[in-house]
Amino acid sequence: MTNVAVDVPNNAVIAVRDLVMSFAGPDGRLVHVLDGVSFEVYAGETLVIMGGSGCGKSTLLNCLIGELRPTDGHIYYRIKGMNQPVDLRAMNEKGLNELRKRFGILFQSGALFNSMTVAENIALPLQEHSYVDSSIIDIVVTLKLQQVHMLEHRDKMPAQLSGGQKKRAGLARATALDPEILYYDEPSAGLDPVTSAAIDQLMMDLSKKLQVTSVVVTHEMDSAFRIADRMVMLDRGKVLKIGRREEFESLRDTSPERLANDDERLIHQFLCGDPEGPLTKADGTSEYEKLIIAGE
Amino acid sequence: MADHDNCVREVRREGNDIVVSLAGEIDLHKAPEVHRALVGACEGKPRNLVVNLEQVTYMDSSGIGTLVEVFRRVNAYEGKLGLSGVGPRVRSLFEITKLDKFFNIYPSEAEALRA
Ligand SMILES: Nc1ncnc2c1ncn2[C@@H]1O[C@H](COP(=O)(O)OP(=O)(O)OP(=O)(O)O)[C@@H](O)[C@H]1O
Ligand SMILES: [Mg+2]
Repeated sequence: MTNVAVDVPNNAVIAVRDLVMSFAGPDGRLVHVLDGVSFEVYAGETLVIMGGSGCGKSTLLNCLIGELRPTDGHIYYRIKGMNQPVDLRAMNEKGLNELRKRFGILFQSGALFNSMTVAENIALPLQEHSYVDSSIIDIVVTLKLQQVHMLEHRDKMPAQLSGGQKKRAGLARATALDPEILYYDEPSAGLDPVTSAAIDQLMMDLSKKLQVTSVVVTHEMDSAFRIADRMVMLDRGKVLKIGRREEFESLRDTSPERLANDDERLIHQFLCGDPEGPLTKADGTSEYEKLIIAGE
Repeated sequence: MADHDNCVREVRREGNDIVVSLAGEIDLHKAPEVHRALVGACEGKPRNLVVNLEQVTYMDSSGIGTLVEVFRRVNAYEGKLGLSGVGPRVRSLFEITKLDKFFNIYPSEAEALRA
């Protein structure tokens, strides 16, 4: 075993080290979706992960929660009640399941069980992990539904919910066990502005008042700048920049010609949603040319 | 490991009232023990049931749910449930769940008993 204590700062709950995730492409060649990604997530902070569609954000989340086995690299967790950080890659299925109880996960789709009511979906993790009285589980379900403004949908089936309602029910379920770490994949996509702001507020309450460590993938820049303590920008499988929210705000608010380099201009373009810039310049033109001219 | 500690430190009678002192981390695993103790304390229908949380270092939603369930019982016989020694974490949980307006929270056990 490697001595992980030296590699993981004391205030980090998660430390990702040289993470590589490769998939076999259609031609059989390996595509490195994540290509040497390293960063830390500190206790109680909200880290927002950004990057273009298909850049590997969901893949990264899936590695972090142990759904995908990384090709290479390490993911260390320092969890309450464990004296040593643990390496997710070195864990067996049983250890992973123990660890997963400490996470709450809000998937991109909400991921509810379709055969159960909203209330049953939220109660399920509580029933699975404890011998708490059903009357108390019922109360906890009410508390969780209240937090996401879903009390009136308690007895509905997922099929009877709108996209945003499903997402909120998913969040209620993700928080059922009061996790130490919450992962969110696009929490506010498809929500109206008021509901989206309410979800942001809940995320901030959980993080600031209960010190829940949060990792959030989002494309909604208003939301990102509201909730983030720090931000990561991924590009072509690598960390282009990681820093405090204020640094990203300043990149956003500086005009491109005054920025130092292409990386900064790329981040600026992304944050502002400009159609013109380094992101779109590089994008597939040569590929397109090849296809059109040579037909290959 | 704190896991084997007793969460219910003391159940004390004070005239017509009962004080239950809790300690440690009240989570999913400890909630049933706390619930049993509080339900037991309700049986004699004390005028005031005071739950002293001074030594509670952590509480999760199942702990809060347990307090709500007991709150209902005490209300049903028209008694009063008072909480004392509420630390910042538990207070935050009450705020987030908007339960602070339902519960009677006192700065000290003595004041809870006087209510
Ligand atoms: N199981 C897989 N097999 C092969 N390729 C995959 C697999 N999963 C993801 N990919 C590829 O990895 C890349 C990253 O996908 P991922 O879902 O992580 O993107 P994303 O950043 O979450 O995008 P979006 O913002 O659209 O959700 C994509 O090019 C995708 O085609
Ligand atoms: Mg995705």
